[in-house]
Amino acid sequence: MSGTGGGTRPESGGGWRRLDPRTVLVAALVMGGIAVGAGVPAFVGLVGGRPVWQAFTWVFTGAVLLVVGGAALDYVRWRRTRYRIGAERAELRTGLLLVKRRSLARERIRSVDLTANVLLRVLGLVKVRIGTGEQTGGGESTLELDPVTREEGERLRRELLDRGTATAGPGPHREGELAVLDPAWIRYAPVSFVAPALGGAAAGGLMQVSEWFGAQGKLIGWVRDRFQDTPVLWIIVALVAGACAAGVVGALGLWIEMWWNYRLEREPGGTLRVRRGLFTTRSLSIEERRLRGVELVEPLGVRTLGAARVDAVATGLAAGEDSGHADHKTLLPAAPRATAQRVAASVLREAASPTGTAPLTPHPRAARTRRLRWALGAALLPVVVLTVLGVLVTDVLLYVAGVCAVVLLPVAVLLALDAYRSLGHGISGDYLVVRSGTVRRTTVALQRGGVIGWTVKQSVFQRRAGLVTLTATTAAGGGAYSVYDAAESEGLGFADEAVRGVLAPFLERVG
Amino acid sequence: MTGGTVRLRPPNNTLDRRVIGWWRTQLLLLTVVPVAVLAVLGAFVAPARPWLLLAAGVVAVLGAAVTVFLPLWWFRVHRWEVTQDAVYVRTGFFWQEWRIAPMSRIQTVDTVRGPLEQAFRLATVIVTTASSKGAVKIEGLDHELAAELAERLTLITRATPGDAT
Repeated sequence: MSGTGGGTRPESGGGWRRLDPRTVLVAALVMGGIAVGAGVPAFVGLVGGRPVWQAFTWVFTGAVLLVVGGAALDYVRWRRTRYRIGAERAELRTGLLLVKRRSLARERIRSVDLTANVLLRVLGLVKVRIGTGEQTGGGESTLELDPVTREEGERLRRELLDRGTATAGPGPHREGELAVLDPAWIRYAPVSFVAPALGGAAAGGLMQVSEWFGAQGKLIGWVRDRFQDTPVLWIIVALVAGACAAGVVGALGLWIEMWWNYRLEREPGGTLRVRRGLFTTRSLSIEERRLRGVELVEPLGVRTLGAARVDAVATGLAAGEDSGHADHKTLLPAAPRATAQRVAASVLREAASPTGTAPLTPHPRAARTRRLRWALGAALLPVVVLTVLGVLVTDVLLYVAGVCAVVLLPVAVLLALDAYRSLGHGISGDYLVVRSGTVRRTTVALQRGGVIGWTVKQSVFQRRAGLVTLTATTAAGGGAYSVYDAAESEGLGFADEAVRGVLAPFLERVG
Repeated sequence: MTGGTVRLRPPNNTLDRRVIGWWRTQLLLLTVVPVAVLAVLGAFVAPARPWLLLAAGVVAVLGAAVTVFLPLWWFRVHRWEVTQDAVYVRTGFFWQEWRIAPMSRIQTVDTVRGPLEQAFRLATVIVTTASSKGAVKIEGLDHELAAELAERLTLITRATPGDAT
């Protein structure tokens, strides 16, 4: 393979480079995969009405057209794509019909991420995304080089992100490895919310595929035959259990694919690097200069097992992009809480993580009352609706309403109490720490210097209870982090102390 | 700020009085459209006529009340202030909101004038910061005041060092 690489990457004047020519091969293989995937059902369908050789000719011709067309298109793209890393700017020229030029100032480049799926890995290629992390809307601020050789990708990453030692912050923390994967962490995978979602998706997918082959009725019939003499309740239990089992298997598989070979490192240029992935390998870099804090995320299932995940709160992470980049900011997958705190501390170059050390101020009891009221309201709504319908229509619904009340009310109360216990805010060194949530509890440690404004909200009900919601706006992460239902006077004092000088001119003392 | 209870003081300036008219026009439009739809339906659909006309009447009465009173309330609550260091705005009545953006964090200052706002010679000043959720809006300023304010903010922002993140 490497033999073809030598002569076909001419470095014409001005240092313009080409992508790796094997991209054409990759495109052909992908198209071939699609052709096989679509061709087999088409063949099965066509064989019904015509002779086998005719059906085969049709399908084969279609497949060849698809593969050749895809490869040709990609060849043109390869011919017309050039990139150049100059002293000042990184530039990309591309486009099939229209020539697009995009250029990024090198000093503004904040991330160089490498990903490689199985196909690219076999060929020793990677896809490179160079981003400035500016929220200009659309993908305008990223360059994507798809693909270059692995060595070239690594070279680009090092060259573009290395800013000498000037940016390396103070503090006792070493460079090098901050965390590696412990395979035992896989025990947190099945309790995540991915499992039930995958279970549902598996059941749905089974129905969909069987419908494609016109066998949906048969499938349902087969399931019914299995359960001929079983009561309805058991059928439901068995089906739910089956879906859950599928979900657990899926969650385990997904976890292995996502987190295999995970390591978190600090590199000399002041960059944090996350590497992970079994089949598709990913290398994500976050410049420490952009880091404004960390977020300790504890979804309910993971929290009950005493684990937590660590996310980065950094400016210019691909927050607006919804397509598969949700885990872009994760620095550590769900791991034992002590490990999470240790990693958070070393990421922030602190002796101990602010998310763990700060004694958080609890919120007033009025906040608990509000949460209980919401929870009871949410739980009683279906009960009331069912009861009214039961009285009007049929008695069966009254029993359902009773069951709902018995199940939902205690759950709601427990969640409300837990939500209240989770609430807290405090200041720990250079960080302000905010905790909230029950189903997904988050503890954010945000640099006090990273707060770029405050929003204070108070509804009519909050006004009567003497509560306010304080929101610290920031350029990083989600853009804003809120302290829900703090006592009005104490909360404002906290906000004022956390970020000196912003709130003070607008505060007045009463009484 | 230690000891005693503290609270946010109201910003110094009220909006332009014409904003009441602007709000009323908006609320009036919001009321007239559903009332007209209901009334027209009532005129054509004979069987449901009493119900549709009743609904139209209820919406009309509620809308009229809201149109008359809510803007007066809003006008008392909506206030703004620009100091040397920050932009400070209070909005909302049922969900009151105070927003503070320090000068050093301001990235852009825009003035916007919709068609209705132009008719009332009003303008909206939008101050954005690097946070996607930190924009501060001052709606319903006299358009000349708004232009002058935007210019002043731009000057102060330019004079303040830092990259606003």
